[in-house]
Amino acid sequence: MAELRTETMTVNMGPQHPSTHGVLRLVLELDGETIKSCMPTIGYLHTGIEKTAEQKKWQQVVPLVERMDYLAAQSNSLAYVLSVETLLGLEMPQRVKDIRVLLAELQRIASHLVWIGTHAMEIGAVSMLFYAIRERELLLNINELVAGFRFFPSYFRVGGLREDLPRGFHDAVTAFLDRFPAKIDEFEGLLTKNDMFTHRTQGVGVITLDEALAWGLVGPIARGSGSDYDVRKYFPYTGYETYDFKVPTATEGDVFARYRVRVEEMRQSVLISRQALERVTPSGAWACDDPRVVPPPKDKVYTEMEALIQHFLIYSQGFTVPVGDAYVPVEGPRGEHGCYVVSDGTNRPWRVKMRAPSFMAIQALPKVIQNGMIADVIAVIGSTDVVMGDCDR
Amino acid sequence: MDASSILDTLKTAVPGASYEAGASVDFATIYVPAASLVETCRALRDTPSLRFNVLIEVTAADYLPREPRFEVIYHLLSIPNRLRLRVKVRVASNEVDGVLPTVQSIWPAAGWPEREVWDMFGIIFAGHGDLRRLLMPEDWEGHPARKDYPVQIRKAAQTYEPLEVTEDEFKANIERDRLKRAH
Repeated sequence: MAELRTETMTVNMGPQHPSTHGVLRLVLELDGETIKSCMPTIGYLHTGIEKTAEQKKWQQVVPLVERMDYLAAQSNSLAYVLSVETLLGLEMPQRVKDIRVLLAELQRIASHLVWIGTHAMEIGAVSMLFYAIRERELLLNINELVAGFRFFPSYFRVGGLREDLPRGFHDAVTAFLDRFPAKIDEFEGLLTKNDMFTHRTQGVGVITLDEALAWGLVGPIARGSGSDYDVRKYFPYTGYETYDFKVPTATEGDVFARYRVRVEEMRQSVLISRQALERVTPSGAWACDDPRVVPPPKDKVYTEMEALIQHFLIYSQGFTVPVGDAYVPVEGPRGEHGCYVVSDGTNRPWRVKMRAPSFMAIQALPKVIQNGMIADVIAVIGSTDVVMGDCDR
Repeated sequence: MDASSILDTLKTAVPGASYEAGASVDFATIYVPAASLVETCRALRDTPSLRFNVLIEVTAADYLPREPRFEVIYHLLSIPNRLRLRVKVRVASNEVDGVLPTVQSIWPAAGWPEREVWDMFGIIFAGHGDLRRLLMPEDWEGHPARKDYPVQIRKAAQTYEPLEVTEDEFKANIERDRLKRAH
C-alpha cells in the first residue's frame, strides 16, 4: 500500500479562547493531535502602564501597578512600595509590616482560589469554580472592608498604609481563617484523588528543574520541579523572617505537582495569616513617621500651620525620591514579582518596570507543550497560572 | 557579596575586560562593556563562587539627554549562593554602538525580555534571531518607552498605519513634560 501523504495543520487558539486566561493567542502546528510547534502572541492587554507611571507622582503609581496582575493586586503594589521605600530609606513600624504580610497572604489565597477554580473547570471539573469563587468572595469582602474596593484596594502606600484598619477587621479575617482549612480539604477531596483529574494532570507538561531555572520560572512552577527557592525564605522582606512556615515543594514537575504545591501554599498562607493576625492590634501605627511622605493627621492639619503646609505640599506636589534605582522582589502568587524603579530625584518616577512571572511562563510555554497532545495545552496553561494583564502590562 | 568582590572574581575569570562598580542601595551593581558582555555573563553563571543561574529580567532605561543614552539592565539571581546582582550596560543612541549581543546562549529566558527591550526602546540585540514586535502591534512604528516618544497625544490607535505626529506637536509635548518635571 502506498504511503499516505500527510501534512501538518495550523490552528489558531485564542485570542478569545476561554481557557487562555484573558487574551493569549497560540498558533499551534498540529500533526493529528500532537503539537509540533507553538508560537504564542501576546500584547493584546498591553496598556502601557509603565509609560503612564512615568507621568504620575510616586504615590499615584500604586493604583496603576495594581492593575497589572489583576488577580494579585496587592502583590504588585507591595513590590512597588517596597522598592520606593528602599530608595527613600524608610523603615516601617512593625504593625505596618505585619498588616502587609497578612494582606499579602490573603491575596495569595485569593489568587490561588481563582487558579484552582479555573484550572479545574478547564479540565472538566466545572463545579470547582463555584466552590472556589465562593471562598474568594469572602476575601474580596475583606478587601472591601479595608479599602472600599474589592479588586484593587490601593491600601499599601509608599510610607505605610492608607489608613488604619477598620472596625470588624479581625472578626472578618478570623471567620475566614476558621472556615477555610476545611474548605481546602473539600477541594482536595474533589480533585486530589479524583481519577479523571489525576489522569489529566499526572505526567503532563513536565518541566525539569534545570529547564525551569533556565527559563526564569522561579515561583510555584520551579517549586513543582524540586526547587526550594521562595523569596520569602531566601530574601525575606517586610518581616517574613519572623514567621514560621514551610515552603512546599514537589519533584515531578508535572501539572499535578504544581497543583499540589499551590494547594499546600494555601495551607501555609493560612498559617502565616494566623500568626500575623495575632500580632496585629486592632488599632495602632499604620504609617511611618516620616513627614516627607506621610501626611500629618487631620486634627493637626486643622489646627497647626506647619501641618497644613505639609498636607498641602504632599497632596499637590507629592514627595521627591533620591536619585538611584532599586529592585525589591516579593513572592507573588505566580512567582517572583519585582519592581524596578529608577528615580531622577524629582516627584515622578523616571522608570517603573515590573518583573512579570506570567511573561516568563508564556515564553517557556512552547517548550513545555511541544510534542504533547492538544488537549493537554489547556491543562498546562492552567497549571502555569498565567494572567495576561501581568504578562502584557 | 558586594560589587568589589564580585568584580575581583570576574577579573580573574575574564581577563582584559574593564568593569566598574555602580552605586546602589539594594544589592551589588556592576557596569559591563558591551564587547565583553557574553563572556562576563558566562563567567557569572559558571564561576562556582557566583553561579548566577537565573536571569530574572532584562530591561532598559532611557536617560535622555545624557549620552550614552540608554542603560540595559540585567537582574541576576544565584539560588545556590543566595546572591543578587544587577549588571548594567551603557548603550549609545547612534546605531553602531547601539547594538548589544544577545545572552540567550547563557540564559534562554533572555529571548522575550530582549525582544521587549527592542520593542519598547529600539535597542538591537545582535544574534537574537527573533527581534519582532512583542507587546506592540506588528506594524507599529517607534519605540514607546523612549523618553522622546510622545505621550498624551490624543490619537486613535492605528494598527494599519503609523502614528503621525507633527514636529511642533512633538516639541510642545517634550516641553510640557520638561515643565511638569521642573515643578
